[in-house]
Amino acid sequence: MNAPASFAESKLPLFLGVLFVLGLIAPFAVYPTFLMKILCYGLFACAFNLLLGFAGLLSFGHAAFLGTAGYVCGLMVRDLGVTPEVGILAGTVSAGLLGWLFGWLAIKRTGIYFAMITLALAQMVFFLAIQIKATGGEDGLQGVPRGNLFGVIDLSNNLAMYYLVFAIFCLGFFIIYRTIHSPFGQILKAIRENEPRAISLGYDVAKFKLIAFVISAALAGTAGATKTLVFQLASLSDVHWHASGEVVLMTLLGGLGTILGPLVGAATIVALQTQLADSVGSWVTVIMGTIFVLCVLSFRRGIVGELQALIKRSGVN
Amino acid sequence: MEIFGIPTALLGSQLLVGLINGSFYAILSLGLAIIFGLLNIINFCHGAQYMMGAFVAWIALTRFGISYWVALIVAPLIVGAVGVVIERLMLRRLYKLDHLYGLLLTFGLALIFEGIFRDQFGISGESYEVPELLSGGVNLGFMFLPIYRGWVIVASLTVCFGTWYMIERTKLGAYLRAGTENSQMVQALGINVPLLITFTYGYGVALAAFAGVLAAPIFQVNPLMGSNLIIVVFAVVVIGGMGSIMGSILTGLGLGLIEGLTKVFYPEASSVVVFVIMVIVLLVRPAGLFGKS
Repeated sequence: MNAPASFAESKLPLFLGVLFVLGLIAPFAVYPTFLMKILCYGLFACAFNLLLGFAGLLSFGHAAFLGTAGYVCGLMVRDLGVTPEVGILAGTVSAGLLGWLFGWLAIKRTGIYFAMITLALAQMVFFLAIQIKATGGEDGLQGVPRGNLFGVIDLSNNLAMYYLVFAIFCLGFFIIYRTIHSPFGQILKAIRENEPRAISLGYDVAKFKLIAFVISAALAGTAGATKTLVFQLASLSDVHWHASGEVVLMTLLGGLGTILGPLVGAATIVALQTQLADSVGSWVTVIMGTIFVLCVLSFRRGIVGELQALIKRSGVN
Repeated sequence: MEIFGIPTALLGSQLLVGLINGSFYAILSLGLAIIFGLLNIINFCHGAQYMMGAFVAWIALTRFGISYWVALIVAPLIVGAVGVVIERLMLRRLYKLDHLYGLLLTFGLALIFEGIFRDQFGISGESYEVPELLSGGVNLGFMFLPIYRGWVIVASLTVCFGTWYMIERTKLGAYLRAGTENSQMVQALGINVPLLITFTYGYGVALAAFAGVLAAPIFQVNPLMGSNLIIVVFAVVVIGGMGSIMGSILTGLGLGLIEGLTKVFYPEASSVVVFVIMVIVLLVRPAGLFGKS
């Protein structure tokens, strides 16, 4: 990265601090459920971006992790009566394990094949979710209680739930931030830019890719498990390939390979869907598809990427 | 008559269903392979274009009274023409970028097509009557064969092997194969490569639409009919590898048959058997059965 671009980098901690404060006061100005939805999808997209934006791996099957973790968390909280934090942890671990399996298979191929393999594996999870009785098939898991955090704090209060989601998002974001800015993250970037060279430098590329995949899958699972608690529902639509496509769109729109892009993209898409759901009905899919096409054709840097380029052009150092 | 405790009529009819699905897999994965060979793009809207082929035939019949036989030619031409426009206006701008952008663009297009058709026609599905000439069936002694189903297999195999012949044995095919190997060199030899690319994409799309017309009388004509199919076809492509035309055809047919057999012996697994085979192939031979590593 050259010098002017580092302006955005150097001011980033300050900017993140402002965002953090905004996040703390936001539920008093905006409907908390809406904010929680943004944070869940934001974490999902950030986790996805770790893989595509920094390791150059396009997974078209991330819905499998979101959905599986949602089912695991929902089942444990509803049927086994565990506390919410245990449920979220269990969801995260199950998604991580699934990610380890998927990653191990998918990294045998690269590029377009990698995308197709992850998509096919996720579709297998979708078919299993339809057939297995435990997931509730078409109806999904309904009536998942939010429960009491650590057995003490009642999460049926929307504000308490919001701060839990916010804390989880911040923790997940911090993990991703640290991963990207660590030597491990640098090696991921090296693999993205020039894989043969990374191999010839002696790095075990397969191992690095797999670790990145597992981290990404686990955090996507955290998002899915949290989402299940927020909406008290785990449904088939979370394992559907549309959800996998949605997270690609959020990341692309917000800015591929930027720190904050996925959150911005997630907020934009969630807001758009909420706005459009009432007014245009089934045209939502068409609009999402159109945004996709426009992003790919002429907006490849995304919102955050364009802003960074703007700052760079205006010559602020 | 029974084989392994399964009545032959049941076995035969499931194998027939398998063979029909297999011929759809074959046509679709063939189209994907041809497009990938020259454009280096995975055409995610292939399933949507298959669906559009079926819908064009259905609209032609119900609104304009255009017969099945005409639709079999016209629908692929119309959908192929839409494909040509897409290639000229959009895909062309992406060739210099990472190949993944082509996948993302066509994914967006698939959403658009699916959304439009869902808005217009709902998701309940429309039925398309079997043309009179092909209705009815024959008793083969061990099973009953509906004539239309036999026709689907014959027609799709003819198109598949015709395509194979065109690519492997004609001059146009030679250009195409040369373009796949080294398009700059072919261009330097005075062949209009951009036109060749447009034609290839249009042809691949037309193949998908042709499969759609064939499928219309068998399955419900439904806006979502393509998206579920295409993911299975992706797995087929991973299993076969996109290096060989004949490989795509054989892999498609073979997997259709295996799927049909699974329906007989262990129905619960039939929706995932292709994916399980994909996993096994990835473990044993990561480049795919016919792929170049």
